[in-house]
Amino acid sequence: METLLQQTVNGLVVGSVYALVALGYTMVYGILGLINFAHGDILMVGALVALEAIRLLQIHAPELGLVPTLLAGLSISVVVCMILGYTIERTAYRRLRNAPRLAPLITAIGVSFLLQTLAMIIWGRNYHTFPQLVSTTPLEPVAGVFITPVQIVILGVSAVLMVALVLLVNKTRLGRAMRATAENHKVASLMGVDTNKIIAATFIIGSALAAVAGVMYSSNYGIAHYAMGFMPGLKAFTAAVLGGIGNLGGAMLGGLLLGLVESIGAGYIEDMSFGFLNSSYQDIFAFIILGIVLIFRPTGLLGERVADRA
Amino acid sequence: MKYRLVALAVLGLGASAVSAQEVVKLGVAAPLTGTQSHLGKDIENGVRLAIEDYNAKGVTLGGKKVKFDVQAEDDQADPKTATTVAQRLADSGVKGVVGHLNSGASIPASRIYNEAGLPQVSPASTNPKLTQQNFKATFRTIANDVQQGLAIGKYAATKLGKKIALIDDRTAYGQGLADEVEKAVKANGGSLTGREFTSDKATDFLAILTRIKAQNPDVIVYSGMDTQAGPMLKQIKQLGINAKFITGDGGCTGEVIKLAGDAISGNTYCTQPGLPLEKMPGGKNFNERFKKRFNADVQIYAPYSYDAASAIIEAMKAANSADPAKYAGSIAKVNFPGVIGTVAFDAKGDIKDGAVTVYQFKAGKWEALQ
Repeated sequence: METLLQQTVNGLVVGSVYALVALGYTMVYGILGLINFAHGDILMVGALVALEAIRLLQIHAPELGLVPTLLAGLSISVVVCMILGYTIERTAYRRLRNAPRLAPLITAIGVSFLLQTLAMIIWGRNYHTFPQLVSTTPLEPVAGVFITPVQIVILGVSAVLMVALVLLVNKTRLGRAMRATAENHKVASLMGVDTNKIIAATFIIGSALAAVAGVMYSSNYGIAHYAMGFMPGLKAFTAAVLGGIGNLGGAMLGGLLLGLVESIGAGYIEDMSFGFLNSSYQDIFAFIILGIVLIFRPTGLLGERVADRA
Repeated sequence: MKYRLVALAVLGLGASAVSAQEVVKLGVAAPLTGTQSHLGKDIENGVRLAIEDYNAKGVTLGGKKVKFDVQAEDDQADPKTATTVAQRLADSGVKGVVGHLNSGASIPASRIYNEAGLPQVSPASTNPKLTQQNFKATFRTIANDVQQGLAIGKYAATKLGKKIALIDDRTAYGQGLADEVEKAVKANGGSLTGREFTSDKATDFLAILTRIKAQNPDVIVYSGMDTQAGPMLKQIKQLGINAKFITGDGGCTGEVIKLAGDAISGNTYCTQPGLPLEKMPGGKNFNERFKKRFNADVQIYAPYSYDAASAIIEAMKAANSADPAKYAGSIAKVNFPGVIGTVAFDAKGDIKDGAVTVYQFKAGKWEALQ
């Protein structure tokens, strides 16, 4: 029982990072129908920029406490990623807005390679130690479950950001414009919505979320390197598809579910399959679940918004 | 001017003098440029010291006095360059090769040496594959990963605890090493609580570690690289697991100390093939002579390349010939006290009783144990 609870906590922590990144995929897909494969690399840039900022702050402003240093590093990285997200949209994707779907998709993969290579040139190939400013020493175990302050922060911050995003999309003017653009660009612009601005805003918000996710990811594991965005990016994309791409609630549900499935899958697959399978199938397990879900619900758990595209 | 005099003298003495002093060239192939050049140079210098010693003592083969010489080639630690270099050595008439450093270079090059009938003794490549290709004259003076895996398993089961959890990263290196660890654990009265898997790109090990925690092992063995071992140590601490931790040479680096931060402790061990210099039978003496001759410290491999060159020359002496076709068979039979200990090879061509050193984390660095 202890083990099951511990695996659930592990899964929720990983899953909430996936969910945050998945939101970025799903927002862009919902509005543009584009799968932005460079999104995972924004997470990597977010982590590495924060790393650099925190290092500099620790040298030049050591009197700053741990939390202010982290917040300052995080803010810098969020701003850098927002600018990066906007720049990518403006230079790489906007020109291809009316091109066949394949062109922006390939461009997205190209941008992903570009970001990774640039990061490799700037930060090198080595793994960097990410300063863990929030403690990773486990708290007094509750019911045998070990949880660290940084994990609690991850769960809390993710929840707050997800709620904030839902409110933004459903309750604000910008959110209404985003929903309108997602329904139909042309009609939205006829109604006086500056769709270019809305699309740029979507990229900026998504990138900010990815930057936060990157900093949390690195704070949790204590490492950062140029290729770190690939795996969480892929997993988050899977999560978005699992929940129903284009659907905000789906991305959150998909992310948490994927985290849980992975964690519990890795923990119990050997017992469940009577020793036939083992933890080397940890990743495959998640994709098996995805396959099964897509067979029965081709649009994901909560459904893709396809009505206007049919 | 001096050379001309020598040449004249040789001419004056006639044909008999020329045949009395035959030059036998040994090839050295290692990275002599790039980031691993210090290790490559270490190998080259070890060979140089060996042949200078033999030249000073004087070696007679087939009734002729021979003088040994070195032809050093740079493989740039690159598999493709290694094959080019191997072909060049084979074409230039060297009688034997000491090299290469990297397994990735040694293995493709070994095929070329084999086809050319040229004996190869590697002082540094640890991948088991090198000596498993059924080549008659491929040898190594350093312990391979099979021997390392056995050493990890034995040390874990006899010194650290009976219940052992094993994790590998599913790479050729990690899996191969882990298979040997598993065998050795069982052979030494230990039991495996479970075998888990991750990848060489993973950063999250909480799921498998939680599973391991439930099995309550005394020791966790990780067979993979430092970039995973570091974060793994952190997560072991994070889950409050009290098991000891041991890993192979992939995790026996300064990098792992950096990445693990305060999660690394005296309960963390690792292994490296080979012995630290001060623990080798001829180590102290060798170190002094090496320093005096080259004005440089021994990095790691010089004693192994010294003994590799010695093995080739001893085999030549036993066969009374420097012809590879004649002496190659004798390398398998050499048995002499080298710098690293007794130099003798098993049926595959691996060094017999290849030493593996266990290190323990102490006061900020890895410290060699017995």
